[in-house]
Amino acid sequence: MNKKKKSIFISIIGDEKRQSFTIPVLAILIGLIVGGIIIAITGSNPFKAYYNILQGCGLAKKPSYGGKKGMITDFMEFVNYVTPMILAALSFAVSMKAGLFNIGISGQMMAAGFISTILVGYSELNAFVARPLVVLIGFIVGALVGGLVGYLKYQFNINEVVSTIMINYIFRYIITFFINTYYVDPVSRQSVLINPSARLSLLKVRVGDYKMTIPLGFIVAILAVVIIYILMEKTKTGFEIKAVGLSRNAAKYSGINVGKNIILAMVISGGLAGLAGVTYHLGYVGSIQPNTLISTGFDSIAVSLLGNNNPFGIILSSFFISGLDAGSTYMTSSSGVEFEIAKVISGVILVFSACSSYIKLIVNRKRDEIVAANTVKEERS
Amino acid sequence: MSTIILNGLAFSLPLLAMALSGIFSERSGVTNLAVEGFQGFGAFCGAFIALVLQQSMKGSDVPYYVALIISFVGGALFALIHALMCIRFKANQVISGVVINIFAMALTAYFTKYLNLAVFGASSDKFVLNIAPKVFGLYTFEYIIVAVVAVAWFVMYKTTFGMYLRACGDNPQAVDAAGVNVAKIRYIAVSLGGGFAGLGGICYAYSISSNFSSNIYSGYGYLAIAALIFGNWNVMPTLFACFLFGFARSAGYQIVQIAELPSSYQDLIMILPYVLTLIMLIFFSKKTHAPRALGVSYDKGSR
Repeated sequence: MNKKKKSIFISIIGDEKRQSFTIPVLAILIGLIVGGIIIAITGSNPFKAYYNILQGCGLAKKPSYGGKKGMITDFMEFVNYVTPMILAALSFAVSMKAGLFNIGISGQMMAAGFISTILVGYSELNAFVARPLVVLIGFIVGALVGGLVGYLKYQFNINEVVSTIMINYIFRYIITFFINTYYVDPVSRQSVLINPSARLSLLKVRVGDYKMTIPLGFIVAILAVVIIYILMEKTKTGFEIKAVGLSRNAAKYSGINVGKNIILAMVISGGLAGLAGVTYHLGYVGSIQPNTLISTGFDSIAVSLLGNNNPFGIILSSFFISGLDAGSTYMTSSSGVEFEIAKVISGVILVFSACSSYIKLIVNRKRDEIVAANTVKEERS
Repeated sequence: MSTIILNGLAFSLPLLAMALSGIFSERSGVTNLAVEGFQGFGAFCGAFIALVLQQSMKGSDVPYYVALIISFVGGALFALIHALMCIRFKANQVISGVVINIFAMALTAYFTKYLNLAVFGASSDKFVLNIAPKVFGLYTFEYIIVAVVAVAWFVMYKTTFGMYLRACGDNPQAVDAAGVNVAKIRYIAVSLGGGFAGLGGICYAYSISSNFSSNIYSGYGYLAIAALIFGNWNVMPTLFACFLFGFARSAGYQIVQIAELPSSYQDLIMILPYVLTLIMLIFFSKKTHAPRALGVSYDKGSR
C-alpha cells in the first residue's frame, strides 16, 4: 500500500520538465497546509483566512467597498505592490545564471531609489521627461553598483556574497545619514514625498466609477522579463553568461572571457535591482525610510528560487508570495488572524523550495528504479 | 573615556558571540549567512521564558540567567534547520541562510504577537524585559560571554573535536578517511554556532532596548559576519575585529555627543566596520583564507 502511494506520488511529480512546475506547487501546498494548521490551532478558520487574502488582493469580491473602490482597485493596488518584487527576483535570477549570488539587491534598490529621488523626484521636471529619467537613472545606478561587485570579484577575487553584504550596509548608513540630515519629513520620519510628476505609480486616477492606482512600473517589469528572457535564451551573450555560471573552467577553455561575463552579469543584475528600487521608492511608496534595508531585496532571492530562476516563473511566484503579503492586512481586519502569518507561510514555502534539488534527486532515483523494475518484468515475460 | 570602554564592551562582546557562531559553522564547511536569524530566534525563546518567569519572580535575576540558557538552546535547535537543509537536503548554503533569516523573522514576529495576546493578554509586538544586572559597571552577560568564548576557543584549537571540525572545513575527505562522520561534526558545529548566536541575541535584547521585538533584526548578524571575515575565520583576530568595531562605534557616538553634532552623524560612524572589511579584502585578498571546502556539501563520491 505504502509503496503504491509512493509510486503515485512520484508519477504526479513527473519527469524533469514537469518537476520545474510540480515541485514549486508542492512547496506551496505544504506551506499553505502548515499555515492552515497554525491558523486553526490559534482558533480561526483557515479557509476563511485564505479567502480573505484573495479578497485583499482583489481576486475575490469583498462584502462591501468604500466609495469609488472595488475589486479592480484592490487588484491594481496589488499589482503596484508586486512590481518591485518581479524586478528584484529577476535581478537575482540573472546573477544566479552566472553562478553568482547577488545578496545586495536591497542596497542596490536603496541607492537607485535615493539617487533618482534627489535628482528627479525633488525637481520640477515635466512628467514626460521625469518618469523615463527616473527609470534610466535607477538602472544606471544599480548597474554601476552591480558592476563594482563584479569588478571586485574579477579583479580581487572577493566573494560577491561578502562584498554585497558590506555594500548593503555602507549604503544603508550613508543614505540614512543624508536623509536624516537633508531630506527628512519631520512628521513621517521618512524622506520627503517625491513630486507626483516623477512618480511611477499614478495615484487616484478616475477610470469609470473608480479611483484607482495605475502602476506604470509594471509595464517596465513586464518589458524587463521579456528582454531578459530573450537575452538569456536567444543570444550569444546569454549563452556565454550561462556557460560561465555552469562551469567557469569549461567556459574559460572554450574561449569565453570569464571576467567580462561576470562583470556583465552583475551589471545587468544590479541594473534590474535598480529598477526594482525606483519602482518601490518612487512608485509604490514615494519616499525612503531611513535605516531600513527593504525586505524585498532578500525575499526576492527566495521568490526567484521558487520560480526556478525562469523569467516567466518569476512572475507567477512574485504574484503568489507578494499576494500572501498584500492580502494579509485585510485578513487581519476581517478574521482577526495576525497578518504576520503570511510571512510564516511564505517562509515555510521558501524552506521547502530551497530543498527542491534534493526532492528532484530522490524522485529521479525512484523513477529510475521503477523503470528498471519494469524492464526486468518485461524481459521475464 | 570610561563610557567609551563600557559601551564598547557591551556592544562588542555579544557581537563576538555572534561572530563565533559564524566561525564554528564556516570552519566546519557550512556557509552561515543565517546568524541574523539564529540570534533573533534564540533571543525570542529566551525573552519569552524570561517574561513568563518575571510574572512570578519580581525583582529576581533568575529569569535573566534562565533566559541566557534558553536563548542558547533555542538558537542551537533552530540552527538545526539550517544544518539539515545544508547537510541532509544539500540545499544551496547561501540560499538556505537567506531563507532561514526570512523564516526566523516571520516566526518570531507572528508568535511574539500571538503569545503576548494568548499568554499575557496584552496586544503588543514586544516582550518587555527587566534590566540586566551589572557587576563592576559591566553587564553580567559580558563575563559569561568571555567565559563561553574562552571555552569555545579551547574546543576549537585544543581538542580532537576542534581539529576534526577545522578539518571538515578544509578537507572533509581526509576526515572521512580517518573514520569520522563528517555530517555529524557539521551538525554539531552549526548547532553550537546557533547557540552562540542566540546568546548574543538575547544580550542585545537586554542591553540595547530591554525588550524583544522585530527591531532585533537590525543587521548585527551581518556585522558579525564582517567581523569574522576581518578576523580571517580565527577566534582571536575576530575578537580583535569585534573590539575594533565596538570601540569605534562607542567612541564615534561619544565624539558626536561632545561636539554637539546632530545625532544623524552617528550613522556615518556605523559605515566604518564595513568599509574597513572591504578595504582589507581588497588589499589582503591573497592573504585571507576562507575554509577551502566552505559552501560545498560533502559528497563521499567526489574527489
